[in-house]
Amino acid sequence: MLGLTKKDFSLLMLVVALTMLAPFILNPFPEGSAMAQFNAGYPDLMQRFVIFGIFAIGFNILFGLTGYLSFGHAAFLGVGSYAAIWMMKLLTTNIIPAMVLAVIIAGLFSLIVGYISLRRSGIYFSILTLAFAQMSFAMAYSVLTPLTGGETGLQLRNTDARILESAPDGGGISRANLFGLEMTSSYELTLGAWEFTFNVGYYIAAIVMLLAFYLSIRIFRSPFGMMLRAIKSNNTRMNYTGLNAKPYTLAAFVISGMYAGLAGGLMVAMDTQVGPERMFWTASGEVVLMTILGGAGTLIGPVLGAGMIKYMENIISKINETILHQWFAFMPDGIEDLMVTMVYPFIGKGWHLTLGLIFMGVVIFLPGGLVEGGQRIARLFGKGKAADAKDTQSTPAE
Amino acid sequence: MGILEVKNVNKRFGGLQALGDVNLSVAENTVHAIIGPNGAGKSTLLNVLVGKLIPDTGSVSFEGQSVLGRKPYEINQMGISRVFQTPEIFSDLTVLENMMIPIFAKRDGAFRMHAIEAVGSEKSVIEQAEHMLESLNLADARHDHAAAMSRGNKRRLEIGMCLAQEPRLLLLDEPTAGMARADTNNTIDLLKQIKDERDITIAIIEHDMHVVFSLAERITVLAQGSPLVEDTPENIKGHPKVREAYLGESA
Repeated sequence: MLGLTKKDFSLLMLVVALTMLAPFILNPFPEGSAMAQFNAGYPDLMQRFVIFGIFAIGFNILFGLTGYLSFGHAAFLGVGSYAAIWMMKLLTTNIIPAMVLAVIIAGLFSLIVGYISLRRSGIYFSILTLAFAQMSFAMAYSVLTPLTGGETGLQLRNTDARILESAPDGGGISRANLFGLEMTSSYELTLGAWEFTFNVGYYIAAIVMLLAFYLSIRIFRSPFGMMLRAIKSNNTRMNYTGLNAKPYTLAAFVISGMYAGLAGGLMVAMDTQVGPERMFWTASGEVVLMTILGGAGTLIGPVLGAGMIKYMENIISKINETILHQWFAFMPDGIEDLMVTMVYPFIGKGWHLTLGLIFMGVVIFLPGGLVEGGQRIARLFGKGKAADAKDTQSTPAE
Repeated sequence: MGILEVKNVNKRFGGLQALGDVNLSVAENTVHAIIGPNGAGKSTLLNVLVGKLIPDTGSVSFEGQSVLGRKPYEINQMGISRVFQTPEIFSDLTVLENMMIPIFAKRDGAFRMHAIEAVGSEKSVIEQAEHMLESLNLADARHDHAAAMSRGNKRRLEIGMCLAQEPRLLLLDEPTAGMARADTNNTIDLLKQIKDERDITIAIIEHDMHVVFSLAERITVLAQGSPLVEDTPENIKGHPKVREAYLGESA
C-alpha cells in the first residue's frame, strides 16, 4: 500500500495513530493530580516532538544510511528558520511560502557546505561541518545582524510591510496561519478530570512530519537508499563497482539539510521568532544524540529519540526540590531528606545528567538504540512479530 | 594488439624503483598470470591498472583507451573489474543486495537518483541477481548478511559481483591467499568455469603456483619491478631465470 511493503505500511500506520492521538496519549494523568506534571500533552511540547522528529528523520538519512556524521546540521535548521521568518515578514503570514522557502534555502546552503565538507570523510568531515555551523552561528550573531537581527533575533512586528496582505486592524501583530487558520488556536476537551488540548499548529506539524516520515521510508527502501548503505558498508567496493560515491553522499547530505530546513521553517510557523542560538553547536549535537539514542539507521528510531530527549528536557527539568519532598513525604524525615538529596542531582537543571547516563547506557548495552531495546523486550515476551515491525536493519530488500 | 597494453611504465616510491620499464600485453580471452617473488612489484602494477596509482611515466591502455588519470569507478565502467586479496564485499548488506548493486551500476552508470521507487519493484535486477547467485550456489544464503558467510563463499560472492557487471577484463589479486585447500580448489574450478563460459580476459596475480599452473595460458614473471620473462606455463616451469628469481643464485 502506498508503495510500501506490508511491514512498512503498518509501521507508518502506527506512527499515524500515535501522532494523531498524541493529545490523549501524552496526557494520561488527570489535571491536578500529583502525576499531572508528567503530562506532555500541551501544544508547545507536542509541536517540539514532531518538529525535532523531522529534524532527526532527516539527519538519519545522512548519518544512519551513509555513516557520515555531520556535526553542523543545526546550521541548516537555523538558515531555514531565518528564511521562513523573512518570508513571513515580507510576503505573507501564511506558513506555506515560509516553509517552501525554508526548504529551498536550507537545500542550497547544504549543497555548498556538503560539496566542500564531503571532500573528506570520517572525523575530518565532522569537523568541517562543525566549523561551517559555528561560522554560521557567529555570523548570524554579529556581522549579519541586518539580516538576522543579531543577538535579539527576529520576530514578527506590526511594522512589517507584507506584499500580499495588509496590516491587521487595530494595529495588532498578525499571526502565523494556514489560509486564515491560526497556528495558536486550540480546542480543549474536558473529560471528567482529564483535559486534552487539540492544537492547530500541532496537527499541521504532525501531518508534515508524517509526510516526511513516509518519504524517508521510500528513500530507505529505494535503490538510492541501498547505495547509501553500500557506501557505509564498503566504500572501496563501491568505487571498484563503478559507482561514484560522492554524488550519492552529496544527495543524501542535501536531502537531510532540506529536512532540517523544513524543521526550522516549522519552528517559525509555530512560534514566530528566531535567534542565532538555534545554530549553536549544542543544537547540532542534540540531533546526533536523538538519532543514536533512538537507533541510527532505523526508520522510527530518530522519532523516538527526539521524543525522549524533548520529553526529558521539558518534564524532568521541571521537577524541583519541593516536588521531590512531596513524593517522599511518606517516609520518615531523615530518610526523606536523604532520598531527596540523592535524587536531586538528576532532576531540574540536572536533567542533563540523567540524559547522559541514559545515553551511556543505551550506547553500551543497546548499540541499536531504543529500537533495539524494543525488539529485545518483544523477543523476551515471545512476540517475534511485533519486533519485526520495527526491525529495519535486517529487513531484506524486497 | 592486446586488450590491455602496458608500455614503459615506471613508478618510483622515494628511492625505491617499484616498477621499471614494465611492458605487458594481455591478449583478449586469455588467462594471463603475473607472478613473482615478494616485492617484485605485482601489487603496484595492479594498482596502476585500476587507477589507484598513477605511474611516473609510461602508458596503460584498455581496448585502445588510456586508463591513466581516471578514477577507479571510471575504469570499472570501462569494463575492468577487480577482485581483491581480502574479499571486498558489502558486509552489512544481504547477499542478494550485494549482487544487485553491481547490476544497478552496470545498468544506471556511476550515479543515478532512484530515490522513490522501491528496490522490490526492480524485478529484472532482482531476477538477474538471483540467477547469478544460483549459478554460484549461493542462492540459499540470499537473505543472510554477507558478513556471516565463510571466507570461501565471500570470495565466490565477490567474483560473482564482478561478473554481474559483465566486464571484459577481470583482475584478480591473489584470489586464494589465506584460503584452505578445499576453498582454493573451489575457486580454481569457479574461475575455470568462468573462462569456459564467457568471453572474458582474466589477469591474475598469484603466489600459489598450483593456482597459476591450473589456470594460466600465459605467464609473466616480474622480478624487482621489471618483467623477467613472458611465456607459456610449460616453458616457464623449467626456465632457469625464473628459478633464479624465486630461489636465489643458481639454484
